[in-house]
Amino acid sequence: MAASGHDKFLGAGLGSGRLSRRSLLRGIGATAGLAASLPVLSACGFGGASDSAGSAANDISGSFDWKKHSGQEIKLLLNKHPYQEALVANLGKFTEQTGIKVNYDVFPEDNYFDKVTLELRSKAGNYDAFMLGAYMVWQYGPPGYLEDLKPWIDNTAATNADFAPDDFFPNLLQAGQWSFKNGDPLGGGKQWMLPWGWETNVVAYNSELFTKLGLKPAETFDELVELAAAIKQKAPGAGYPDMYGIAVRGSKSWATMHPGFMTMYSRFGLKDFTVADGKLEPAMNSAAAVDFTTRWASMVKASGPASWPTYSWYNCSGDLGAQKAGMMFDADTAAYFQSVPGASQAAGKLAFHPGPKGPDGSLATNMWIWSLGMNSASKKKAATWWFLQWATGKDHLTYAATQQSHIDPVRKSVADNAEYKQRLSNTPGFLDTFDAVVNDTKIQFTPQTQFFDATTSWAEALQKIYGGENAQSVLDALAADLKTKVNS
Amino acid sequence: MSVLSSTQSPASTGGVPPSSAAGRVRVPRWRRRLRPYLLIVPAVALCVGILYPFLLGVFYTLFNYSATKPVPDFVGVDNYVTVLTQGEFWHSAWVTGLFAVLATVVETVLGVGVALLLNRSSLLGRLLEKVLIVPLMIAPIIAAIIWKLMLWPSVGVLSHYLSMIGLGDLTAIDTAGKAMFWCVVIDTWIFTPFVAILALAALRSMPRSPFEAAAVDGASPWFTFRTLTLPMLWPYVLVAVIFRFMDSLKVFDVIYAFTQGGPGNATTTLQISAYLQAITYQRYSFGTTFMIVLWAIVYVVSMVLVRYLGRVQNRSAGK
Repeated sequence: MAASGHDKFLGAGLGSGRLSRRSLLRGIGATAGLAASLPVLSACGFGGASDSAGSAANDISGSFDWKKHSGQEIKLLLNKHPYQEALVANLGKFTEQTGIKVNYDVFPEDNYFDKVTLELRSKAGNYDAFMLGAYMVWQYGPPGYLEDLKPWIDNTAATNADFAPDDFFPNLLQAGQWSFKNGDPLGGGKQWMLPWGWETNVVAYNSELFTKLGLKPAETFDELVELAAAIKQKAPGAGYPDMYGIAVRGSKSWATMHPGFMTMYSRFGLKDFTVADGKLEPAMNSAAAVDFTTRWASMVKASGPASWPTYSWYNCSGDLGAQKAGMMFDADTAAYFQSVPGASQAAGKLAFHPGPKGPDGSLATNMWIWSLGMNSASKKKAATWWFLQWATGKDHLTYAATQQSHIDPVRKSVADNAEYKQRLSNTPGFLDTFDAVVNDTKIQFTPQTQFFDATTSWAEALQKIYGGENAQSVLDALAADLKTKVNS
Repeated sequence: MSVLSSTQSPASTGGVPPSSAAGRVRVPRWRRRLRPYLLIVPAVALCVGILYPFLLGVFYTLFNYSATKPVPDFVGVDNYVTVLTQGEFWHSAWVTGLFAVLATVVETVLGVGVALLLNRSSLLGRLLEKVLIVPLMIAPIIAAIIWKLMLWPSVGVLSHYLSMIGLGDLTAIDTAGKAMFWCVVIDTWIFTPFVAILALAALRSMPRSPFEAAAVDGASPWFTFRTLTLPMLWPYVLVAVIFRFMDSLKVFDVIYAFTQGGPGNATTTLQISAYLQAITYQRYSFGTTFMIVLWAIVYVVSMVLVRYLGRVQNRSAGK
């Protein structure tokens, strides 16, 4: 790496045939300095990606036995979430079944991924497994922080016969696969995480309000804009003081871009990047993208929350539950939690709809997928794999979907479970919406390693447009900045 | 100590320190020699604890170390050149400076005002003195989250009451001006007590005689304040200003918890830029460069202010 620079430095003098004593000494000194710095580089934590060729899965042989690692202890890093609560509630069963004790730490979402980043970066192996999403694979995968789970899945001595990877919805399994090459589509021979719980981004609305005002869910984006404006205008007079039209995220974060915005953006057939000759070309400043972004920002300005630039999913969900928002375009789970009896003022009044279709009828939906991954620095990989296959297996996920609030099943068998269907049928429109979008729900972003920079900068640009700046200028500047960053 | 023979070693007494006639214990020579080194161990540990991460940080800035570049290249001062030629850096520097000046000025004026009010002996004053310290006991990030909840337009308590007097729109954090305004308000709420406590301590430590002489001469309260109180108070106020200004230049928690640097980049300080680069985007070297440049700025500003403080103290002492 640095040596190439020094080679050039030395080579310049040698090649020219004018190697003075001073330049020779300077070259020797620089090379010695580099040599001396190499152990320091290593000591400072610099280091290459781990080699995944020799998977620890290959060490497992014989027949599969749940009790094979009885007596071991593993540690999980978890994000505070109803899916996590469902897992924790059932951990006793795992320990009973395997003899493996599970310890865990739970952090709130605001700083969860900072914790994961620091843990993985340290390569200390303090945590054996953790929750993550597809976008994190794009960041944690290339430096070698993640264990490839494919060899574990393929080894019959390490995986129970009922695991059935084909039972996962294919787009969810694929979300955890990637080649680490910018612009390459998801998929391939490596499995960096296992689907565990996911979220579709759809419209949830206050059905009582809709009935009172004689409204119907929007089928097109234009209708959505009009509907949001109508709610803001009429809802206060119908007994919903201070209610506004539509809640969507707006904080300066990557998380603002992926739910409602990216879903509607994709339904218009728009892309974040195009790929040509292995290079990424930002596409968020195309004429169609600028037009859509302007309309989205205008809708939010006219009919969205007053403090939209600070809004996270928590604010959106809270406003829907408090009957301050007539609709919400966000994760279905964020609305479902408010619809549980006793959870909010709007409980029992919330209904679901796939949301507006694109001009060609597209219901392309962006997906958030809570998955489980293994730390490549884990010192107990076998016991950790025993846990991962249990946590993403049919038994636990059926329990979580039928007894807990783990409501979007990643397995087809759970989605078809009669008890699950009966339970969710009490929430108007939920199952129909799930069925309508499940096959069109996937990661709509272009896989690339600078995802968090690109989307955080995009959210910043969206805030500027909301604030009145010219959309074309803002998005052109964003595209110019990202073009360098994502291709460097 | 003087009774300890310079030639007698602990070994010669069988390892047991002999007692003198005066009953003092003899300290073995090796322990005597070790003592100075033991005494400086905490100072050395502190220096190493501070300097090692700092120097390591500087070292990192000479590479292009990131999550996608785990084996980095040596890039020399490229990171510094990139940072200093970026509009993002200078915008963040402007936001940081603006916030630091606004917060320091407001907190100092309010803090001194509160201290002057509390300096009068009254039951209410004594009660408020106890309450005054409460905001300082709350972690700034918690305070920012509490304020964010109070200002939530839909369900926030402050938003509700401000709406009742026609100021509801003020709580909508939808413009750069309002975002900066509330960031300064939150910081002021937390740290004004710090200035007030410092100023109050200074007021109570002032000698009485000049004030008694002024009263005998019939000086007006304003004259007394301008010619006696303020000059004697000024060195202490300056200490508070230095502390608050340095701290405000390094602000992260209050603003990040409240706006995350938005809307747009309206409240993106140097610390937030560094955090985004180093932690969120995992460009460790580049993010660290932001921090080193910020350190240099804080260092230079603090040197200037401390030098000015020295001059003021000398003047105050009549030197």
